[in-house]
Amino acid sequence: MWFARLASDRVLRARPCDGPFALTLKRANADRLYCLNRAAEAQNLSRGMTFADARAFCPDLLSQPANLTEDRRFLHVLRRWATRYCPWVGLEGDDGLVLDITGAAHLFGGESAMVADMYQRLKRAGITTRIGLGDTRGAAWALAHFGAGEAAPGQPLAALGQLPVAALRLDDKTTTALQRLGLRRIIDLEKAARAPLARRFGPDLMMRLDQALGRQPEQVTPLAEPPHYGVRMSLPEPIGLFDDVMAGTSRLLEQLCTKLKTNEAGARVLELTLRRVDQEAQTVELRLARPLRDAQRILPLFTRGVGEVESGYGIDQLRLEATQIEPLPVRQLSHVSSGRTDQLDDLISRIGTRIGLDNIQRFLPADSHIPERSFLIAAAAYSEPEGPWIPPRPRPQRLFAPEPIAGDGSRPPKHFRWRRMPLSVARATGPERIAPEWWLSDDNWRSGLRDYWRVETQQGRRLWLFYTPQSPGWFVQGEFI
Amino acid sequence: MTSRTTIPLPLRANRVHEACGAGRVGFAVAAMALVRRTLWIRESWQGETLNPLGLADFCDPSQLLVAQTKDQTDMLAVAEEALRDGALPLVVLEITRPLNLREGRRLQLAAKAGKSIGLCLLPEGMGSNASETRWLCTPLFDPDDSTLMSWEIIKNKSGTNGTWHVRWNAAARRFDVVCPAGKRPGSAGAAL
Repeated sequence: MWFARLASDRVLRARPCDGPFALTLKRANADRLYCLNRAAEAQNLSRGMTFADARAFCPDLLSQPANLTEDRRFLHVLRRWATRYCPWVGLEGDDGLVLDITGAAHLFGGESAMVADMYQRLKRAGITTRIGLGDTRGAAWALAHFGAGEAAPGQPLAALGQLPVAALRLDDKTTTALQRLGLRRIIDLEKAARAPLARRFGPDLMMRLDQALGRQPEQVTPLAEPPHYGVRMSLPEPIGLFDDVMAGTSRLLEQLCTKLKTNEAGARVLELTLRRVDQEAQTVELRLARPLRDAQRILPLFTRGVGEVESGYGIDQLRLEATQIEPLPVRQLSHVSSGRTDQLDDLISRIGTRIGLDNIQRFLPADSHIPERSFLIAAAAYSEPEGPWIPPRPRPQRLFAPEPIAGDGSRPPKHFRWRRMPLSVARATGPERIAPEWWLSDDNWRSGLRDYWRVETQQGRRLWLFYTPQSPGWFVQGEFI
Repeated sequence: MTSRTTIPLPLRANRVHEACGAGRVGFAVAAMALVRRTLWIRESWQGETLNPLGLADFCDPSQLLVAQTKDQTDMLAVAEEALRDGALPLVVLEITRPLNLREGRRLQLAAKAGKSIGLCLLPEGMGSNASETRWLCTPLFDPDDSTLMSWEIIKNKSGTNGTWHVRWNAAARRFDVVCPAGKRPGSAGAAL
């Protein structure tokens, strides 16, 4: 199954357009056409052409940059869809699928009926497809790319013989060399003596030929289905009491945790969907501070969320899904580890259900001499404590945005008012000059250099002042205890 | 007026205490230096932040968790949850409106259940009746030292009030109680 215009079909499915359309990709230092639709091909545009040339040939060409990861994802979606025909579906390059339909064709009324069904469904979805059907993977590929059709069983040469040698999945260099030798079709290659060809082109050429003609086996490797972490429960009678819902959740959790355990994974985000009799659905989301798969620990964390659910006429279906998974290998328990951090993680999860997991933070050291950038603030659930903390010079315990005070000259003012308090300086230590980091543009540091002073006032307050010599002014930025 | 009794530090466990005055952050830092882990709860709109580099001299900033809440109701709920759990021995709250008796009492019960210590930092005159002790903390100027503070108990449910002058002992990494400046031996005020 070859999707000749996978990338542009994907984009045009979301936003159809009638005129010529192309996706561009920057290759070899120029925007080049990556994938185009039929209308664009009719204007004699081709893949690999520079975008500027294409615009000159066809002024009304619409374009968009290509997104290779999305294309890949779309191919995986199609692969999953194709498992409706047979269980063995693998990827074939960037724009094809290979299906091993042995033993599955009769379910659709024979091979031709199955292929017709595939064409019909893909056409409805707006995806250009060419399907080749053959005894071997090589034959199917050749037919899909170079002559769409079905090879009669047992006679691959009859179907493939007239196709060009490029249909054997050879690289361009070999193809050109074969054409120069006069071996243009597969049947020519088949009739030629094998030994001189193998000596000249290496074993690869003969291997491809044998694979296409079925003399050498080639496997179809189906991709493993990613495990699905979702369980559900339908109830014969609706329930509405808190305890009943929690009991149902606990049963689902146990199933889910067994599944997580077999795959050595832990849930980070869980979603409990409660469907009511009147088809309304309510979702309880639980974010955990650590990946977990312990039903006894997760269940109490649901208490708050389930308590807020409006049960209405009753709930008749519960669905629990782990929407975010992290690997959690089995660990050796030892007498050294204590259960203390588990308790803390549970507490963080529980507080997180109320104020959001991102709002519980911890400080991490950062390599900068700018006071406000000398530490990072990270969510506690997604970071580990780090150290050591070594202040370069005494630093204030409280920091705030710079507050201007009246003063002039490069020495701290003798008397000043700060937050409506008259203060007089008893001792000033400094200056400590800090230069802005020129490689980062920071609006707060536009005023240039800062001379920091540690000022102890007669009234007791100990403040961190700075003076900006390049645009004279005095500011208070922190307070010492 | 200096008390002859010893300073009641570390803070009495299983209770919630209060600190006010300009030096209340210093008092909280002193309490943090005595425990392993701390949760500091503040409202996210507040401009002042803690500076971990400044705290590094007194305690280990990597053992500090900061919770940002959107209002004081959330703050109290988080504090109650954390106190009741007991995984964190000290919970510090930056209060912005006075607690009523019910809220204060709930925090006390939570601290008792979790065997942890709560400390509310409050602006002047916002004390709650339920608190165990209330400390008035003021930084003092001292010509020889730049960490001198006065800690005064102005409310004490199970003990007497008193005033102590403390300073940070950098070598021993602890706060030492010192005599007030005027009454030190050798100074002019000592004879009084």
